[in-house]
Order: sequence, then structure tokens, then C-alpha cells
Amino acid sequence: MSLSNREFWTLVHGMFLGAAFLLSFAGGLAGLYSLRPQWVTAAGIEERLGRLRWGTTVMAIVAWLTVITGSYIVYPWYRATPPEGADLSLYPRSFLKASEALSGWHSFGMEWKEHVAWFSPILATAVAYLVWKYGPQLVENEKLRKIVIVLFILAFATAGIAGLFGALITKAAPLL
Amino acid sequence: MTTQSKTEKKSTFATGSVAAALIASGIGTLVIGLLTTIAEFSGGLGTFLNWWNPTGALSGKTGVGILAWLISWIVLNNLWKDKEYDLQKAFKTTLILIGLGLLLTFPPFFVLFAAE
Repeated sequence: MSLSNREFWTLVHGMFLGAAFLLSFAGGLAGLYSLRPQWVTAAGIEERLGRLRWGTTVMAIVAWLTVITGSYIVYPWYRATPPEGADLSLYPRSFLKASEALSGWHSFGMEWKEHVAWFSPILATAVAYLVWKYGPQLVENEKLRKIVIVLFILAFATAGIAGLFGALITKAAPLL
Repeated sequence: MTTQSKTEKKSTFATGSVAAALIASGIGTLVIGLLTTIAEFSGGLGTFLNWWNPTGALSGKTGVGILAWLISWIVLNNLWKDKEYDLQKAFKTTLILIGLGLLLTFPPFFVLFAAE
């Protein structure tokens, strides 16, 4: 039972960081949604704000780590050009493009995933900044809180698109 | 640029910094989208954006997008930090920018502009 270097980094990129991102999103969303003065005491709000600040920061950091490991460690293996006569199963992009039945995973799935994934850390960082800087105002100002929640969901949704295609592409053409 | 809904209390903080953070994030995503589509028909841009060969033009598209995001954030924040900005308007602008960014990164859309 062992993992190759490529499998290890695919696991770090897709599973470890992906799971941390999902967890921090779930906690952050619950925290933002419940940040209402009529639901929580002043002491409770203070405690929640502290958790929310660190939760959204972790989510932003994890989002950056995910796109950086994805684009600069895993993706170069995916898109490497095979030498003449090579076994294409070791070169996922070429393997997918060589098959009419599978080429859509590259031309649609990977092409969208590799770009849209970068939206997530940008949006997650904006959310973390707004939570750090305007925490108390998020409690008082419903409009601001709703705006931050939508931005937070968009950060998750764009990562979700990338994560979904990442999993499906890995199933069709794993990095061996 | 100050509008408050009837139900909303007047802001007790300068909303300009909020607007700057929101709109700058939209600008960053739009620039990534724009470069994705333009690189489809402009081979020269694709070559220029190839900052690191193993990753190809993705390195430049995202690098420029991040620079655009950070620079626009700094500039807008300096311009608006002490001012009030209509949050609803800032939010709508941000959603439009993100929506355009999503469209421009969507393969069935950008392949319409692919070079032969």
C-alpha cells in the first residue's frame, strides 16, 4: 500500500485541502447566517465573530493553497507532452484528447476548471477582509451581511465547479 | 452616492472600503475571464502569458488577474475609503463583473473566438 509522488499531491490538492475548504465553508456560512443581534447575546456575538474571522481566513488560505498546488504541481503533470510512442495513460491531457468519447473532459471540464478555480481565493479573501474589518457592522447591517454571504457562496460555488470536474477528470484519466 | 433603504439604519461606517473590496474582486475575476477568451484568438497574448512553461498561459492569465485585483483594490480603496458608497450598487456591479468573468471562462463561449 503506497502512493506515488503524483498520487500524493493529487490527494493533498483534491482531498485534504478540499475537505478543509468544505469544512471551513460550512462553519463560516452557519456563522455568517446566525450573526444576528436578535438571535445571539452580545457575548455570543463576540465569540462567534472571533470564530468567523479565523474560519474565513482559513478558508481563504486553503483556497489559495488549493489553486497553487493544483496549477503549479498537479496541472503540469496533467498537461505534459508525451514523447513519441509513450504510454498515453501517463499523460492525462493527451490521453483524453486522443479519445472522442473522453475529449470533452479536457476541452470542457479542465478548460473551465483551471480558470474558474482562481475566482475562489479572490472572493474568499475579499470575504475574510470584510469579516475582519467590518465584523460588528455585519451584525448590525443586514444588507452588508447578505452581501458577504452571497460572495462567500460564490467563492464556494466556483471552487465547487473546479472540485467536481477535478474529481471526474481524475476518474477518467488518473494521474499515475 | 448615498442611498439608504427605509428599513436600513444609516451606515455608521464608511462604506467606500467595502465597495472597493467588492468591486476589486469582481475586476480580478473579469480580467481572468477576459484573458482566457482573448488568448483563444490571440496567439501573441497566449505566448506573452506563458510565464512558466509547465503550466503554460494559465500562469500569466491568473497572474495578471491577481495583479489587476490587488492594484484595483488599492486604488479604489484609496479613492473611496473615507466616502460613502451605495452598497447595493457596489454589489450589483460586483455580480455583473463576476458573471462576465464566469461567461468568459466558460469553454462553449470562449471557443467561439478560437483561432482557426
